[in-house]
Amino acid sequence: MKEKQAPDKVASKHFILKLYIAGQSPKSINAIANIKTICEENLHGRYELEVIDLYERPQLAQGDQIIALPTLIRKLPPPLRRIIGDLSDTGRVLVGLDIQKV
Amino acid sequence: MVKSKKTSQTGLRAGLKKSPTGIAGLDQITDGGLPQGRPTLVCGGTGCGKTLLAMEFLVHGATEFNEPGVFMSFEETVRDLTENVVSLGFDLQEMIARKQLVLDYVYVERSEIEESGEYDLEGLFIRLGAAIDAIGARRVVLDTIETLFAGLPDPAILRAELRRLFRWLKDKGVTAVITGERGDKTLTRQGLEEYVSDCVIVLDHRVSEQTSSRRLRVVKYRGSTHGTNEYPFLIDADGISVLPVTALGLKHKVSAERVSSGVPRLDAMLGGKGYYRGSSVLISGTAGTGKSSLAAHFANNACLRGDRVLYFSFEESPDQIIRNMRSIGLDLQPWIKAGLLQIHAHRPSSAGLETHLALKHQLIMRFKPQVVIMDPLNSFVIGDNAIEVKSMLMRLVDFLKTQQITGLFTNLAQGGGPVEQTEVAISSLIDTWLLLRDIDSGGERNRCLSILKSRGMAHSNQIREFLLTDQGVELRDVYVGPEGVLTGSARLTKEAENQATLLIRDQEVELRQIELERKRTTLEAQIAMLRAEFAVQEVASQKVIGQETAEKAKLAQGRVDMGVSRKVDAKPNKGKGASK
Repeated sequence: MKEKQAPDKVASKHFILKLYIAGQSPKSINAIANIKTICEENLHGRYELEVIDLYERPQLAQGDQIIALPTLIRKLPPPLRRIIGDLSDTGRVLVGLDIQKV
Repeated sequence: MVKSKKTSQTGLRAGLKKSPTGIAGLDQITDGGLPQGRPTLVCGGTGCGKTLLAMEFLVHGATEFNEPGVFMSFEETVRDLTENVVSLGFDLQEMIARKQLVLDYVYVERSEIEESGEYDLEGLFIRLGAAIDAIGARRVVLDTIETLFAGLPDPAILRAELRRLFRWLKDKGVTAVITGERGDKTLTRQGLEEYVSDCVIVLDHRVSEQTSSRRLRVVKYRGSTHGTNEYPFLIDADGISVLPVTALGLKHKVSAERVSSGVPRLDAMLGGKGYYRGSSVLISGTAGTGKSSLAAHFANNACLRGDRVLYFSFEESPDQIIRNMRSIGLDLQPWIKAGLLQIHAHRPSSAGLETHLALKHQLIMRFKPQVVIMDPLNSFVIGDNAIEVKSMLMRLVDFLKTQQITGLFTNLAQGGGPVEQTEVAISSLIDTWLLLRDIDSGGERNRCLSILKSRGMAHSNQIREFLLTDQGVELRDVYVGPEGVLTGSARLTKEAENQATLLIRDQEVELRQIELERKRTTLEAQIAMLRAEFAVQEVASQKVIGQETAEKAKLAQGRVDMGVSRKVDAKPNKGKGASK
């Protein structure tokens, strides 16, 4: 029971994600595509994803401590998590976001 | 979009453009500052002052050279940075408000970061670019970018990205300072020197003989001449100051003006006028020969002239010096009150040589004295650092000369060793060298002064006896005679002896004169006597002659009478009475 409950708790939570990218580089495009797939598959209906292009809003980089791009930030649920890269390694993205595969 | 604000590097013929750092001394070493529009690597161990140097570069740039700057910190938070430099009088908050400065703290925490696939540092570029564009920055500091290697995975990507970053900074035309922690065998842990190859400055904080000293060296400066030595630097209330003291040439101006040594007789020995202004004077002698007293005389006299005197003492406290000098009739206290004299007493071991030098340099620059006294020099020699001491003193003497400051140094010669040799071997730097020594004879020690050398003036070759009296230093002629050079009581005895001999001689002469007089008198008496005798004899003789004559007449008369009586017909001569 317990083993089942824990993931359920997390799984039931609402996710707020931010993806920082820079323009239409291949890495950016890949990252957007990858995160969308992962979210749809694992967090359907309980996530918000905001894609921020730093070329357009560079002032946002400082606030979220962005250095590497692309960076995915899990704002909620806490704690704050960061995943850098084009998110091509789905397994690591799931670990990073602390999502149990359905 | 990141706007590339390329500054056209025109005027190549004019040589490399430089961004002055505003850090005292560093601009001299680098012949004008850091290469403009290029990155400079500042590396060194922990606590060597990298961050401060970088911060000063930005602050001075913004406040003095109208070049706003961006400070990107990877280690210290904005708050820490701000607080750390408050003590230097930098108000970063105000500078930020005035758009002279942007502080950006980059937080990278490995444990919070998961890697999934390829990444790049475009975020950093964008962030930096935004900051630069926000205030039109001309200067950028990245402190310490190597932290990224600990915070982000995949060093290969980082290296490539850093290479791109430095190229990008160059394209932006900003003058950048990148700091890096010293590595084991390389200048920086991650070999940043490979990427930043225009200018590399190494800072060092080393401890030897339990004293620490900070040094700076420009390892590389493409397209520019620069001083290659290790220069000591100081971090104090004014921030960093580097001492580019070893001037490359001997080009200092010299003065023909003379300054009194404070001892009239010594001035007389020094061609009648004393030392040259701006020259270096060394007084060497064994313990207790009066070196400090002579130095104090010079200080006193300089103050009388209205010169400012900076007195560095390494053995006595200021109060002790003042008390001791009062005992020979010199009161230095009024000069201190009048602001003409400053006495700084430090233990030589209180800091490293370089720090000492830097400190002195700074004090001299602040006080602007005409006379600097260091008493004694060789207390710096601890262990076998004589070479370093020499180089330090050489730099100091050199500095004093360029500033036209008269330097007077004392050197404590060790008993037994030759006094004509300083432990620190700076004799060649010295213009006037006075030698004080003890002459041990007749059960006492007496001080003697002589001039070993004095460049550019006719000076006395005589040894003088050196006396410390209630009225200060006095020089006396020594007794030079068949017994050699005599001093002290021996001299006094000899002088008394001489006087006695003279007296005896005088007396002898007088005696002879009296004798002569006596002889003359005797002779004259004799002559008188002889004359008298002669007179007597003469009278007697006359008498006899008279008698004889009378006799003769009588006889003749007698014969006549007889003839008469005998009825002699012949007529003889008439004679005298017939009684005979």
